Amino acid sequence: MSVTVYVPADATALSLGAQPVADAIAAEAGKRGLQIRLVRNGSRGLFWLEPLVEVATAAGRHAYGPVAAADVPGLFEAGFLEGRAHPLHLGLTEEIPALKSQQRLTFARVGVVNPGSVEDYVAHQGYVGLRRALAMAPAEIVAAVTQSGLRGRGGAAFPTGIKWQTVLDQPPQQKYVACNADEGDSGTFADRLLMEGDPLALIEGMTIAGLAVGATQGFIYLRVEYPHAHRALNRAIQAAREAGYLGSNVLGSGRSFDLEVRLGAGAYICGEETSMLESLEGRRGEVRVRPPLPAVKGLFGRPTIVNNVISLASVPTILQHGAAFYRDFGSGKSRGTIPLQLAGNVKRGGLFERAFGLTLRELLYDYGGGTASGRPIRAVQVGGPLGAYMPESQFDTAIDYEALSDIGALLGHGGVVVFDDTVDMAGMARYAMEFCAKESCGKCTPCRIGSTRGVELLDRVMANVERERNLQLVEELCETMLHGSLCGLGGMTPYPVQSALKHFKEDFLAGPRPSSAVAQ
Amino acid sequence: MKAAISSSAPQTLSRADREQVDLALAQYRDQPGPLLQVLHAVQERLGHIPDASIPVVAEFLNLSRAEVHGVVTFYHHFRRRPPGRHVVQLCQAEACRAMHCESLTAHVKRRLGIDFHETTADGRFTLEPVYCLGNCACSPAVMIDGELHGRVTPEGFDDLLAQQEAGK
Repeated sequence: MSVTVYVPADATALSLGAQPVADAIAAEAGKRGLQIRLVRNGSRGLFWLEPLVEVATAAGRHAYGPVAAADVPGLFEAGFLEGRAHPLHLGLTEEIPALKSQQRLTFARVGVVNPGSVEDYVAHQGYVGLRRALAMAPAEIVAAVTQSGLRGRGGAAFPTGIKWQTVLDQPPQQKYVACNADEGDSGTFADRLLMEGDPLALIEGMTIAGLAVGATQGFIYLRVEYPHAHRALNRAIQAAREAGYLGSNVLGSGRSFDLEVRLGAGAYICGEETSMLESLEGRRGEVRVRPPLPAVKGLFGRPTIVNNVISLASVPTILQHGAAFYRDFGSGKSRGTIPLQLAGNVKRGGLFERAFGLTLRELLYDYGGGTASGRPIRAVQVGGPLGAYMPESQFDTAIDYEALSDIGALLGHGGVVVFDDTVDMAGMARYAMEFCAKESCGKCTPCRIGSTRGVELLDRVMANVERERNLQLVEELCETMLHGSLCGLGGMTPYPVQSALKHFKEDFLAGPRPSSAVAQ
Repeated sequence: MKAAISSSAPQTLSRADREQVDLALAQYRDQPGPLLQVLHAVQERLGHIPDASIPVVAEFLNLSRAEVHGVVTFYHHFRRRPPGRHVVQLCQAEACRAMHCESLTAHVKRRLGIDFHETTADGRFTLEPVYCLGNCACSPAVMIDGELHGRVTPEGFDDLLAQQEAGK
């Protein structure tokens, strides 16, 4: 009987050398005349252990990592195909503390299944939610999502069920489900990990959304920087179609739903939902004025559900186990789980799915193990480029929407970027303005002009030119951008700037450090 | 803003290029809102989006040249000049900054002798900034011809470059 060996084909694993490892395992097995079945799974998200090789045994899957191609002959020699000891042996995968302590609902199958296989997906409880949904009335599906307490995981945290209800309430006509997979926030990769590791969960979630509101066509707006996810999604859509889970007669129900992936073209602003709709329609990604809401008049002028990848991929779990099951995770008004992404200067970076309520400190130290550089953590940015910088004194904040918002921060898409004490926070504040200037769609003045003026003002502050007066102007500019911008790009760029000023003022008074002096 | 639409439009598409543009258009003619997909296809086929293809695309899709030009120039991914044989993208976003991607960037620019958005004189490498490759727990991240690399040091970059050169 052949042994099954798993080597991730996830982009991060590949970026750390997973392909040569897979090749070496196949070659070594051939040389030794051993029959193995090599499965290219997604990543478990424990990136300090990638490339993480797993071997299926009677006792469960054994993990070895991080494996380099040169380690492969030694692994065979030690008997890794039977789960034997080796310096890289991590024991049973499910028992690795950083994995075992998680509450994986949305990511339950990521790293476990073969991402291209409907058969494997179904064998791991896939499509149970869709079968339930097919037996329910649209209003019942929407009610389940509403009662689960699920809120938009893209960053805005708007209740998903309410959005769906609005689309359901529109008169019958062509309606759409548009998935926002334009994961542009630095420090986030949850969407990518899911699309590469368990794309059928997203496809199932979108199909359920279609059934819930009477939409027959879905679009996944995927950023062009994710070529691996693009291939994984297209493969999975094709497989789902062939198996009868997508198309004009979903599982013989007579209901129709199909999907298409459309690529973005490197514009951060297209993660904003109305800008994404413009882009999907083939235009410049300029923000639309609301109302009308996309739920009323969205893609091609039709009622459209716009949800993030993780929101949609959480729906099958809710339908499968019921709204109460999902709602019972979490704290306060933040229900369910959140895939937290730990990135930047961190020793053990990766994705950790937990119920809301974990503290930032637990995430940074218990999971992250501090910085990669071994120096003290000075600041973390939570929620992407538009999120606030937080100092050590705020690390005991619970990770939920309200607790973060209470201290002027935001959870966003759940990315946490760690900086050690070599960071120049004035440089990071300047970068926030610079990024906004680069990525502004140009439609509203506070964002288009304000961001450029912000860069200039911060340059003057750092060069000690009329510092007090210019700091005052930065504050005023931030207020104008906050209140006068059309969307979150201009409206939230002040968060990193103001928080850096509030918590790390000394950096603005010292002049630029050499490390930030590199001209762009 | 860069130069306005080439109203003089001196250049025309070669016959071979025109064929490729026509194929790109045919591929998406029945899709709703197909412009971005068409431009992706043109760039995939020709390596860039020649200015001379803009009137062709515009006429076929019943758009104005200004509309097509506006879309081409809005998106960072679309290029109006042919790139080098290899495209090197260096992530410049926060997570990579936390791992001092500025020093890697300085090294790469020195090593290739070019700045961002430039191509080496031998036409081998084009260098571009990118804002997040989603490899943020393994920074700094670099993408070369669509292949992702993590925890790239200056020495590591030189190795990658040597591999590319060996492959050519």
